[in-house]
Parts: sequence; structure tokens; C-alpha cells
Amino acid sequence: MKTLMLGNEAAARGLYEAGCAFVSSYPGTPSTEITETIAKYPEVYAEWAPNEKVAMESAFGACLAGKRSFCGMKHVGLNVAADPLFTISYTGVNAGMVIAVADDAGMHSSQNEQDSRHYARASKMPMLEPADSGEALEMAKLAYDLSEQFDTPVLLKMCTRIAHSQSVVEPGERITPPEKPYEKNGAKYIMMPGNAKRRHPVVEERTKALVAYAETSPLNRIEDGKDKSIGIITSSTSYQYVKEALGDTYPVLKLGMIWPMPEQKIRDFAASVEKLVVVEELDGFIENHCRELGLKAEGKNLFSCIDELNQNIVAEKLGKAPDVGVKLDDAIPARPPVMCAGCPHRGLFYTLNKLKLTVLGDIGCYTLGAVAPLAAIDTTICMGASVSGLHGFNKASGGEREGKTVAVIGDSTFMHSGVTGLINIAYNESNSTVIILDNSITGMTGHQQNPTTGYNLKGDPCTKIDLESLCRSVGIQRVRVVDPYNLKECEEAVKEELAAAEPSVIISRRPCALLKYVKHKAPLVANNDKCVGCKSCMKIGCPAISIVDGKAKIDNTLCVGCGVCQQMCKFDALEAPQA
Amino acid sequence: METKNIMIVGVGGQGSLLASKLLGRLLLDKGYDVKVSEVHGMSQRGGSVVTYVRFGDKVYSPIIDKGEADFIVSFELLEAARWTEYLKKDGRIVTNTQQVNPMPVITGAAAYPENLAEKMAAAGIDVDAFDALGLAEKAGSSKAVNIVLMGRLSRYFDIPESEWHAAIEKSVPAKFLEMNQKAFTLGRQA
Repeated sequence: MKTLMLGNEAAARGLYEAGCAFVSSYPGTPSTEITETIAKYPEVYAEWAPNEKVAMESAFGACLAGKRSFCGMKHVGLNVAADPLFTISYTGVNAGMVIAVADDAGMHSSQNEQDSRHYARASKMPMLEPADSGEALEMAKLAYDLSEQFDTPVLLKMCTRIAHSQSVVEPGERITPPEKPYEKNGAKYIMMPGNAKRRHPVVEERTKALVAYAETSPLNRIEDGKDKSIGIITSSTSYQYVKEALGDTYPVLKLGMIWPMPEQKIRDFAASVEKLVVVEELDGFIENHCRELGLKAEGKNLFSCIDELNQNIVAEKLGKAPDVGVKLDDAIPARPPVMCAGCPHRGLFYTLNKLKLTVLGDIGCYTLGAVAPLAAIDTTICMGASVSGLHGFNKASGGEREGKTVAVIGDSTFMHSGVTGLINIAYNESNSTVIILDNSITGMTGHQQNPTTGYNLKGDPCTKIDLESLCRSVGIQRVRVVDPYNLKECEEAVKEELAAAEPSVIISRRPCALLKYVKHKAPLVANNDKCVGCKSCMKIGCPAISIVDGKAKIDNTLCVGCGVCQQMCKFDALEAPQA
Repeated sequence: METKNIMIVGVGGQGSLLASKLLGRLLLDKGYDVKVSEVHGMSQRGGSVVTYVRFGDKVYSPIIDKGEADFIVSFELLEAARWTEYLKKDGRIVTNTQQVNPMPVITGAAAYPENLAEKMAAAGIDVDAFDALGLAEKAGSSKAVNIVLMGRLSRYFDIPESEWHAAIEKSVPAKFLEMNQKAFTLGRQA
């Protein structure tokens, strides 16, 4: 039966239908729903790993043991997993292994807009790139066959517009893949130099075989066009923009296998048109390959390597400029994302701002602590960089600065790659204070469990990693827990730990206000008789509070009664409602 | 049929995903090719969010670009004004008149523009602005604004009311069905 599915849901369905039996991933927008969806099938073992490197290695272990395996991640996650990636390309697989990587051109929810196609080329691993949900399903299935046929993990490359767009799919049945019992084979799986030297030529031969496959595979298809003055090579969501803007005006070579590319097919296509134009988002990956083949191609001279493309951009460059709608004269104020009302991070960031500290930040909802009026964060780089960055910052600056600098990192991010930085702080003895913002969930990506929550991906209770014991066991003697709804307690803890002459960890603990099990208090009410309009309550940047006619007003559809604003008010004007 | 475009805009957390789910279900059942593009992640945290719903014989792009929207359905007045450039020449805006202050307005760094519905109309835009929040509360929950808006939108479509109700039934939990049906009817009749 035809149904609508997100690209990510369709990819999950394809993995399921292909008999995938083992999944290990780390959440990251826009990749998360692949793993969340496949976890719902009881036949599939699925887990959240602490990070992408662990996930990829676990999935590799599972394919070695004979099960079709999968791991999924966002583009920056593949950086974390790059170490195993390059070497499992050498070993190849036993049962099939598929790795999904989801890019985020336009940076809807990311810290950079890297183009992950380079990883396929660099690691010499085939990469398939679907252009809608139907293709996501089919390619996820096909990826396992290719993986086993060519003895390589296969990359499935998603992007925000494919991952988070629903389109029509027709699900099929799950197959039972052939048994692949594990057999010891040191020459293939022990990548010490002697063996690896013999595997590298195998990888190069494999790429040649994959190029031959790409030449005839229906993954790469030519769609005829009326006007041969231009021929367009494209893939993924860019293909959809080309078809939307230009219909069947020009011939199109649509690549579904983005690495390796079909060399003869590209040459023949180029010969059939007067001018070759490559339409692709981010880097000129296909375009550069055309140049390497000695072909003249246009691409990045027309289409920027910055941000997403869309049909209007394609129309403007290759067709006619579209008519746009009316723009109002009024300046429309921006509506940036904000920390939710009742967010446990708010009280802590208010404290850090008040104490005028230098704050090395990390990746998660709490990155919003950088936004005014909290404006408490100095840096955001990548997962875990707050903790290790703090160590370097303190070692290099020393003295007084040490007592004015902290790192903030979420519970899930700490487990991902913060703990190794903390080990460095303990081992190399920097006088650093790390604040773990423990909201008992992976928040930004939409509430995924992690090793500190006590629940696994399937929702079953499991071993809960105790943050206090973990920090103490790596050598941090000073570990304390504060409630971020209590501003006085937060301030005392931060001051004391910064003053201490040894490394310390403050765990700021309160569950995310959006978690279903969190019971909220009744919304507060601003007492107009008591409010003097001093705007102290506005310093915490709560979306539920605004100033109307010079007095504080609380939006009762947003307020969850957390009480942080009450601690800001010297006039007791923000009151709990009368019972 | 040429592809038709509906943009659903609002503030993260207002429930636009349910509205797009309902439309997707309805239009797929009508036999159209459908694409629905959603927003996940950072911008969901109280930011400006947009969902694209496209349907027709064959839909290519998952997104709606400037000058293409047949309808902009807005949960909030400022958000309706933000996206006017995306409206087709003879397109229509269906908007809730509720105002939700964005952070720059809350902090006083910017002002919420006045009389936006009137200004849009004065600019030649076909605007249907009404108090969807009031109707949602009347139906039993302020969270039903999404379904009230769908009721209002349904007036501009040549699709029998029963088919809209069938799609609602497939899209909302049984215990909220009656309330949502009431919300739809209030929106449609308003």
C-alpha cells in the first residue's frame, strides 16, 4: 500500500526489508529518525552507542559475526567515526554493512556544512545518494547487496531535504539474507602493515569493479531533454530542483551512485550535449571529477558552494528568473530559536553570565546559552571540545584566568566525547572546572536515551552510568550536584569550585522541561501592584515573560512555574497562583 | 494537474507537524503525488518554522520557493507577514490573528509591527485573518489551533467535508477525535 514516509523512515524500511539485524548509531539531525524508526521492528537489535566511532565499530563487529548491520549519523558524526571508516574499507565485510550519513546544507541544525561525499572518495567506499523517499528505501536495500557483492561497507548519503521530506513509498516484505558464518581470516581482518599492504591493491581493484558496475547500473540514468545545448549532471535533492525548474528542457544524467562515478557514461553524456553543467549542493564534487576526466564542465561558477540550492536558483541560472511575491515595508523582527520556558539550563547560564566567566561551550540545546540576554558562551566547536578546550585554555593562560573559565557540556555529549577530555584534565592536572548540564536526555535531537538515562533505545530499563562515580573514578576529587532552578546554590557552587586549587566537576541536574514525565507547577502570575517595571526578570531570557505597558506579564500558555524569575524579583511581584 | 503548494508557517511547538500530516494523508488518499517537507532540530525550539506541502500529478522539489505558494497557512500573525514573498500572485494567506512575541521583541530590541493583517491586505494580498486560538479554546483546547486552521483552509478546496473528517480520524488519537472534529467544524464555519 502506498504511504507517505520521511526519507529517513523510508531508509529504515529499506534496511529492514533487506534483513538488517543489528543497528548501532548516535543521534544527530538530520539522521536520527533512521535509527528511531528501525528500532521499532522487533526483529532488529538496535541501540544508541555513546558516539559514532563506537557505533561504527559495533556495526562492523556485527557484520563480521554474520548479521547485516547498520549505523547512522550526521555529517559531523562521520568525522568522529572516520578512523574505523578508512580501515574497514580495507578489510571489507562478512555480512553486508551500510553506513548512513546525513548532511545538513544550509545548517538548519549544525555547526558546519561539510560535504560528506568527500569521505566516500577518500575512504574509497561506494556511496549511494537517494533523491526521494522511494529511492531511499530502494537504495538502502540495494546497498546490502552491493556490500556483499563487492566486499565493502556501503555509504548511504542523505541530506536534510531528503531525510526530512515525506514522499510516497510502497513498502515490501522483509527477506532473510543468506547465512554468513564468521570465519577467522587474519589476512583480511588484521590490518597490521603486512596485511594492510596486501589489502590496499584489493581496494583499488574493487573501485575499478565498482566503476564498471556504475556504468550500467540503473542507479545512474539519463533522462532525455529537448534542447541539447546544455546537459545537466545532478543528484539528490538538486535533481528535484532541476526537474522542477526545467522539466524536460535539457537532458539530465541523474547519479544515484555518487562514488565511484561511471566514467564512460559521463563521457558519452558529455559528448551528446554542447555544454556540460553540474548542479550540486555544497562542493563541486561531481564537477571536479568531470574535470579529472578531461571534460569541460560548469557548475560552481553558477551555483554557490554555500547554503542549499532550490528550484528558483536553478531557474534563474538556467531558465528564466521567477516572479516572487509581495514583500511588506515593515521590518519583520527575526524569530530565532530560544531556550524553552522552564529549561533547566537557564538558571545555570544566568549564573555564568552574572559572574562574567569565560565559558567554553559544546553541542546541544544549551548552545542557545550563547544568545542574548544570557550570552554566556564563548566558543562552540564540536562534541566534547568544551572540556578539552578548557584544559588547553587553562594550561596556557594559568593564574587568575583559570579561576574565571569553565566548560559546559550536556550529559549525552559528555558521554560521547567529554569524558576523554576530563581524563586529560585529571591526568595532566589542569585546574579546570567542568559543568555537566545533566537534563537526563539527549535534548536537541528530540529526546533520545543515552548511557546516563537508565533506558535504552528500545525504551527498556538498562544499566545507568553514574556521572558522579565516573568523574571521581577518573581522578576528579571535587564532584558536586546542583539544582539549576536554585540560583543561589548555582552561584555558590560555581564560585567555590573555581576558587578550589584542584580540578572539579559541577553536575547541574534537572530533567528537560519537555520530558513527558516531568510534572510542572502552575503558571506564575505577575502582580501589577507589586511590579515596579525594573525588568530584572527579563535578564533570564524566558519566552514566557514580557513587559507590557511597563509591567511584567507572564504568558500562562508557556510558563511552567519553574520559579527562576521569582528569584530575580526583589519585589515579590511574580507569584504562584492563589489555590 | 499542475503542482499546488501549501506552506504552513508558525512558531516551533505550535503543532504544524500535525497539520501537515493531516494534509498529506488527505491528499494521498485523493490519489495525488505528495511531498511534505518538515523542520526538525534547533529551529523547533520556539523559532520560526515552516512546513511545505506539495501535491499534483508529479511533484519534484520537496520545498516551496518564493512566488510559488497557493496558500500560506499561518499559526501566528508575524509569521504570516514574514513569508509573503513566497505567495503566488493570486495566492491566499489564511492566518490566525494570535501574536506571539519573538525574543527580540520581548527584550525590546525590536517592535512587533502593528496592523499586519491590514497592511497585507493593503499590499494587495488576499488575507483571511481570524481568531483561530479563540475557536480552538471553544472546541476544548488551545492546542487545536492547527485543526481550526485546517477547517478554515478546507473552505477553499473542492474536497467533500467527509473526506477531511476521515483524514482527521486517521491523524489524531481517538481520545482527542471529538474535540478535533469540533475544532475543524468551527474553523470551517467561521
